[in-house]
Amino acid sequence: MLSEAGSDLAMGSQSAKRRDATGPSRPFRRVLPYVEIGALVVALVLPFALGDRTDLVTLATNILILSMLAISFDLCWGLAGIMSFGQALFFGVAGYAIALVGRDLDFSDLWATLPLAMLVGFCLAALFAAFLLMGRKTPSIIFVAFGTLTGSYAAERLVSGWQYVGAGNGLSSVKLLKLGAYEFVEGDAFYFLALGLLLLVYLGARYFKQSQLGLVLAGMRQNEERLAFFGYRVQLFKAVLFSFAGMVAGLGGALYSYHQGFIGPGNMGPGLSTTAVVYCLLGGSGTLIGPIFGTAIVEGLSYALSDIAAIQHIWPVVLGFVLLVVVMFQPRGIVGLLVSDRERIGSYGRRRSDG
Amino acid sequence: MALLEIRGLCKNFRSLRALEGVDVDVEAGRFHGLIGPNGSGKSTLLKAIAGAHFADSGSIVFDGRDITRATPYERARAGLSLKFQITAVLPELSVYDNVLLAMQSAESLPRLLRSSSRRAFDGEVVALLERFRLLDRADHLAGELSHGQQQWLEIAMALALKPKLLLLDEPTGGMSPEERQVTGRLLEPIKAHCALIIVEHDLHFIRDICDYLTVLDQGKVLDQGDVETIQRSPKVQQVFTTRV
Repeated sequence: MLSEAGSDLAMGSQSAKRRDATGPSRPFRRVLPYVEIGALVVALVLPFALGDRTDLVTLATNILILSMLAISFDLCWGLAGIMSFGQALFFGVAGYAIALVGRDLDFSDLWATLPLAMLVGFCLAALFAAFLLMGRKTPSIIFVAFGTLTGSYAAERLVSGWQYVGAGNGLSSVKLLKLGAYEFVEGDAFYFLALGLLLLVYLGARYFKQSQLGLVLAGMRQNEERLAFFGYRVQLFKAVLFSFAGMVAGLGGALYSYHQGFIGPGNMGPGLSTTAVVYCLLGGSGTLIGPIFGTAIVEGLSYALSDIAAIQHIWPVVLGFVLLVVVMFQPRGIVGLLVSDRERIGSYGRRRSDG
Repeated sequence: MALLEIRGLCKNFRSLRALEGVDVDVEAGRFHGLIGPNGSGKSTLLKAIAGAHFADSGSIVFDGRDITRATPYERARAGLSLKFQITAVLPELSVYDNVLLAMQSAESLPRLLRSSSRRAFDGEVVALLERFRLLDRADHLAGELSHGQQQWLEIAMALALKPKLLLLDEPTGGMSPEERQVTGRLLEPIKAHCALIIVEHDLHFIRDICDYLTVLDQGKVLDQGDVETIQRSPKVQQVFTTRV
């Protein structure tokens, strides 16, 4: 998988050279790979740079975990054009699932619980996709947005009143994640585990985007009806992406639950679902790396602003204002400042002018 | 048995009767023109064949299979390909990617995910682009092409699906006389492997390219026959001299 993604990248740079030679109308330089490598380097050295600031390592781990939720939304909206206001549902349900497995079965081994969380996220998303996306007629964006939002809201209400899962208090003292005899507590080890898993998710999503399937998705975002006339089962493609996104959210939810030692109704409701939308739009949807930046900025700002005494009580308003300004004046997000539209949308074929 | 058999097709838009009991047969390898005054139901018929909307009654049988209620996706898989009246190229993708997207439409999801046919299709995509005079524009965005070039790209995309029947809705709309001539020459070679239904206002173009004509008027078939027969038909002459 990785080697193919790498060869795609190489192919891209070759075609960029050809483009220069044939005189394109709007040449573009690939900057995303540099941004990605830069982000990876920063992420790798961060815990060492932070030294004994364990609170910041915990914050950084949280950002990595929530980035999975952000990527999950980007897969839906940025890649498949599905406006999902319910990604936290898959995140939260998977978080609850592993917390319950820990509590009732006294089991929290990484090799079984993380795949279980992914399976829960995948199946739940597939179920939603079957109802919301797989109809005979193309569902509208509003229908899907409301469907997912309602699902997320209903789940939050249901869990809030269900004693078995802790009702409004949620489940606390979630069992620690284990690998053999080793237990992951907050700190560097959990950070690198989250980073490794995020990297795998990222490479998987990137592989999706750069494959021939990615071309179908790029076409779908521009004109869904046209693609149906080509013979593409547009709804099936959407359902597959949505289920994959649910799986990613499920993995994030499980890690969140283990990392925080807690999972509550708010972790599956519209509040967190909407935050995932903000992460993605702020960072730059459709770029995959953008949502990670968006998560880091929102969570970093929240952390910093909540510490300043003067604005302690109004920081959510300040943060909301900052986000509003960015979304209004930079609709392509932060990464949109660096990455051209053409690179964001993608280029899949190459011309053999020399062949 | 004809490649496409349409029997008693009716379509209403609220109180407007767009099609009323239309019977048309299209033989394999034939270039079949649909002509008629504005509002006679040509585009409605074409869209009913392609599946952009369903007929209210009647039947459409394509290649021995009833497709009256089939979705556009199912019709495309059966071998029907439509070029829209208004160009519907994907403007933010390159010209090359537009054709590749059409060409890979029969690939299964796992094969698309593995990108297994990207290199294999390269030669075919380049050949199509060359044939439609778009090769030097392959890396440009489709939205940057001139109107005439977008029409050619649309035809190239429709042919990339390797259809048994190609539906063209006003392929020369907005083209210069030279571009129309070129379009006619570009379409000629496809006769060997594909039938064509073409809706066009330019009667000279239709006369030059088609073997057979169906004339629609007010949602009904006014007359059908080969080009010479239709040219001599008094009914058709009356409609075209009084209302066109």
